[in-house]
Amino acid sequence: MWFGATVRSTIPRGRITSIAFDPSIPWHEFTIVTAADIPGENTIVHLAKDHPCLASTHVNHVEEPILLLAHPDKAVLPAAAAAVRITYEELPAIYTIEESEKKEQIIWGEGEHTNTFKTYLMQKDRQPIPEEIWQTADFIVEGEYRTGAQEQLYIENNGVIAEYNPETGVTVRGSMQCPYYLVHALELVFDLPAEKCRVIQTETGGAFGGKEDFPSVIGSHAALLAMKSGHPVKLCYDRGEDMAATTKRHPSRTRHRTAVSKDGKLLAGEIDFAIDGGAYMTLSPVVLSRGTIHAPGPYHWPYLTVRAKAVATNIPPHGAFRGFGAPQSIFALERHMDKIAKVVGLTPEELRRRNFLSTGDRTATGQILKDPVDMQQLLTRALEESNYHAKRVQFDRENPTSTIRRGIGFATFFHGAGFTGSGERRLNSLVAIELTPEGQPSILVSSTEFGQGTNTILCQVAAQTLRLAYDQVVIAQPDTRHVPNSGPTVASRTAMVVGKLVERAAQSLCSTLVAGDYLKHDYSPEEFRQGALNYLRQHGHLRAEARYESPGDIFWDDETYSGEAYPAYAWAAYVAEVAVDTTTYAATVTNFHAIQEVGKVLHPVLAAGQIEGGVAQGIGYALYEKCLWHNGHLANNQMTNYIMPTSADLPPIHVSFEEVPSPHGAFGAKGIGELPMDGPAPAILNAIEHATGIAFNEIPLIPEDIFERMTRTPDAGTEDLNPAVAGPIFSETIA
Amino acid sequence: MRSNVSQYELIAPGSLDAVLQILADSPDHYTPIAGGTELMVALGAGKLLPRKLISLWNLRELRFIETTPDALVLGAGATFTDIRKHHILAKEFSILAQAASWTGSIANQNRGTIGGNIVNASPAADSPPALLAYDATVTLVSTRGPRTMPYSDFHLAYKETALEPDEILHSITLLRNYEGYKTYIRKVGPRNAQAISKVALAGLALVADGVIQDIRLGAASLREYPARLAATEETLLHQPITLAAIATARGAILTEARPIDDIRSTAKYRATVAANLLEEFLRSL
Amino acid sequence: MTTIQCTINGRAETIEAPPMKRLLDVLREDLHLTGAKEGCGEGECGACAVLINGDLVNSCLVPILQVEGARITTIEGIAINEQLHPIQQCFLTEGGAQCGICTPGMILATHHLLAKHPQPTLAQIQEGLNGNLCRCTGYMRIFHAVQQAAGAAK
Repeated sequence: MWFGATVRSTIPRGRITSIAFDPSIPWHEFTIVTAADIPGENTIVHLAKDHPCLASTHVNHVEEPILLLAHPDKAVLPAAAAAVRITYEELPAIYTIEESEKKEQIIWGEGEHTNTFKTYLMQKDRQPIPEEIWQTADFIVEGEYRTGAQEQLYIENNGVIAEYNPETGVTVRGSMQCPYYLVHALELVFDLPAEKCRVIQTETGGAFGGKEDFPSVIGSHAALLAMKSGHPVKLCYDRGEDMAATTKRHPSRTRHRTAVSKDGKLLAGEIDFAIDGGAYMTLSPVVLSRGTIHAPGPYHWPYLTVRAKAVATNIPPHGAFRGFGAPQSIFALERHMDKIAKVVGLTPEELRRRNFLSTGDRTATGQILKDPVDMQQLLTRALEESNYHAKRVQFDRENPTSTIRRGIGFATFFHGAGFTGSGERRLNSLVAIELTPEGQPSILVSSTEFGQGTNTILCQVAAQTLRLAYDQVVIAQPDTRHVPNSGPTVASRTAMVVGKLVERAAQSLCSTLVAGDYLKHDYSPEEFRQGALNYLRQHGHLRAEARYESPGDIFWDDETYSGEAYPAYAWAAYVAEVAVDTTTYAATVTNFHAIQEVGKVLHPVLAAGQIEGGVAQGIGYALYEKCLWHNGHLANNQMTNYIMPTSADLPPIHVSFEEVPSPHGAFGAKGIGELPMDGPAPAILNAIEHATGIAFNEIPLIPEDIFERMTRTPDAGTEDLNPAVAGPIFSETIA
Repeated sequence: MRSNVSQYELIAPGSLDAVLQILADSPDHYTPIAGGTELMVALGAGKLLPRKLISLWNLRELRFIETTPDALVLGAGATFTDIRKHHILAKEFSILAQAASWTGSIANQNRGTIGGNIVNASPAADSPPALLAYDATVTLVSTRGPRTMPYSDFHLAYKETALEPDEILHSITLLRNYEGYKTYIRKVGPRNAQAISKVALAGLALVADGVIQDIRLGAASLREYPARLAATEETLLHQPITLAAIATARGAILTEARPIDDIRSTAKYRATVAANLLEEFLRSL
Repeated sequence: MTTIQCTINGRAETIEAPPMKRLLDVLREDLHLTGAKEGCGEGECGACAVLINGDLVNSCLVPILQVEGARITTIEGIAINEQLHPIQQCFLTEGGAQCGICTPGMILATHHLLAKHPQPTLAQIQEGLNGNLCRCTGYMRIFHAVQQAAGAAK
């Protein structure tokens, strides 16, 4: 086995002018790979071919891979990488959405796409908002909300082992979510057919989206080194490299302009939603899509226009992270709803109640909510379980004389399960179940386990369907040589979409055995095994398959961005209790209640664990995890200075489920993996506004930010709502 | 792991005398390493410049905590766990025990030593504020013998100490003088555990009839090394604890503190929070 | 190169390695005990935690020379005669492990905690595990697992 290392750009943007190799290193011992060695296309493909596998003439972000080294002794690689001398002609770099919009520096694309990976216009009913709405509304409320980048911080860094054989092709083993994504990337890089690109997922120590698109990069790199060196190559990043060079959550800026009646009904909304995609497109259009569709939240909007864009900056490309655009737009909306409530003179609760969608209503994309939804009751339950009203009163009473200001706030939201619109149809997922030589059903999927319980729940579904004990079902390691493409393990789709396919494949397997008289209808588990063995003796093997079938009533129009965006939604109300210490200006979450309706809880312990873990990440997103960028470099690329909450920082997290089974998912299950990421940040900042009277609209909100605001206006209590004073962010008109 | 470990030498002579002899024979050539909780991080990051190291870990001449009727002597090799476990220390030098309890994680407390914490000389180090408040003296040792100085004289400039190249820190002595003193220590970091402090304040005060008879303040991250806030103490000595005294003290600490902006926090935040911590201490008296 | 003798999971070992080689790397590369994981290399995440003479330490910060004569326990040494240790069993049933990468370190930290505090309060559990970062669970079920393990030992 040899070991790999990556030589990376030290500048954010420029032209490579020379590459030299310091003679102090015995370079003949090394394998060196440059863009010139790439047999196929020098591209990491996701949705576009803009992303070089290795930079050849130009770089567009710090840490951009330029060349690769391999050597049998891992210990010599860091010094060798440092001994590659690269000179550049630097070009001006841009780092923010604002700089990108200005288009003074064009760093990506051309024509109307300069600096812009994607735009969407989503208008309810394809109707622009009539001008009279703005003229006649009792209130117009505006606000701007921002979220920062967030590092997935899986405890296991990215790592792969690649092998190359001139006859059989490439094999890559590694930590990842989507083996077939890497297959596709390798096909292009190596100009090989899929059958010669074998990818095997190994035990994966956390992913959260950070190993959805990125393995295409590291996997291609290791494979190139394996090809050129003639040896298997292990390429593993250490924490510093992983944090500095791999994908993060897209930063966002959302601007809301909302017309509201004096009895608190939403009349019309304009939402400008912008995300920073970094230097290359990766999955930005899809992140933008989900963020756009979730921007209006679980509310009824008579008129809604969302203008969304994903822009380019000279930052390492951003990518998938649990929630995938929804945490960004939901943060903005739920902060904005509390602002609207304040302006109109309603409680946050009452404003929500007057606008919630319910069964039979149409969403902003025009989707009719056929499955029952009861946000009123969900909110009631959340407020009761968290003792919200009593605590609001108590904190209001105690805060004036306490150095610790306490607050309680909530967020109400939904999260669509599965790929958007026609996405599942395009994925065309396939699942198989085959009999092992011992007569056990073995599930073959490319869906991966990385802590969320894929293996467990899919085996449960098969076992339940086949009326076997859980231990009688096995699931194969995702090896693309053996398992079909059941789609990526993302988008909260595994329980619902893949689970359903496992259920159908299991039914098909059973039917074959029953139809052939190998099983009676009411077989026992032992009889199943005997029947299976008999079948194998006669026929050699048995494999049943199930392919995705689009529910007949799901229509989505990519052009107009309207129709059934998702087959099912999970609905939630989250309540956060906070304490803001006026001595240190630090906000901590002291209690948390997460109530959600999820279709069917397939495994109570795993499901609760998903919510608890997601809430913990959401708390980090809101209050702790700040990415500090210095000229496009992540300055805090260590665990010591990228602050993730420890066990001493997190509150008790109380989780409750409701179940309204969905016709689409296995045993009624809807997706829950990403849902818990959406609610915590706005609930926490709503609570902080209650505690301090100050409206913070940007996350992460760290003590230094609270300090700046609290000490800027020491006498300020509630934010001044006088339009004459409040300036351009807020305006109010009285009809 | 960004270093080539075969390029490093580490020796463990096994006795203090042997260590000192080696340091004397080749000063500046061997860097002492105790528990490794600092230097091994640098090694992993490819930033450990010294290539020759000499181990002080677990030397019984350095890893001790002894008491006499008048003093408590901490060997430089005492770990933070050793410090937390020591009953007399926990009772009579409670703010030092508290500082030890939030120095890194349990695992790091089992290896980190008070000597390392002091000699590494980070202005954000956890133990120094308490040591300054307790008026600690430090004993340095070499083949030329021991020498003792007030700990407040030990730090000369940012990451520069009074240690000669052939010297190591032997022990820290605290006088058992603090019966009746009110205590205060608070560390402000980015989270509740495993945090490098943005600012920390340790305080001891002797109060009689509402008047401050004695006051000591040690701080982290307000200067380029751990600082005893002598000027601020001066404004409080022999003063009754009134709102006016508190306001004056706040003003004094804002002047005496010279914090910086860095990756962890801002100067303004540090200064104001330091003043808030001081006020919190004074109000508790 | 140096030669050191120590005991690992009850077995006497003779190790030849550069004296500054990290104990973590010796365990994983020389001894193929891959239960200790490198999550950060800076002593922050606790995924590399082992017990040295009964003390919980981060093996990424220990030079191999310094474990001469020591008694080391890794996660591979926690199970009792091929049966899961009660701590391991409780992590399994309580959902204390999701992806599992932090779990070896967590279990060693729990072992260390329960040896000091057989009936720990929640605050003691939080402190005892504060050097072990978990990104998956939000810690709730890990705390339950520790409480169950303490109860099981009673």
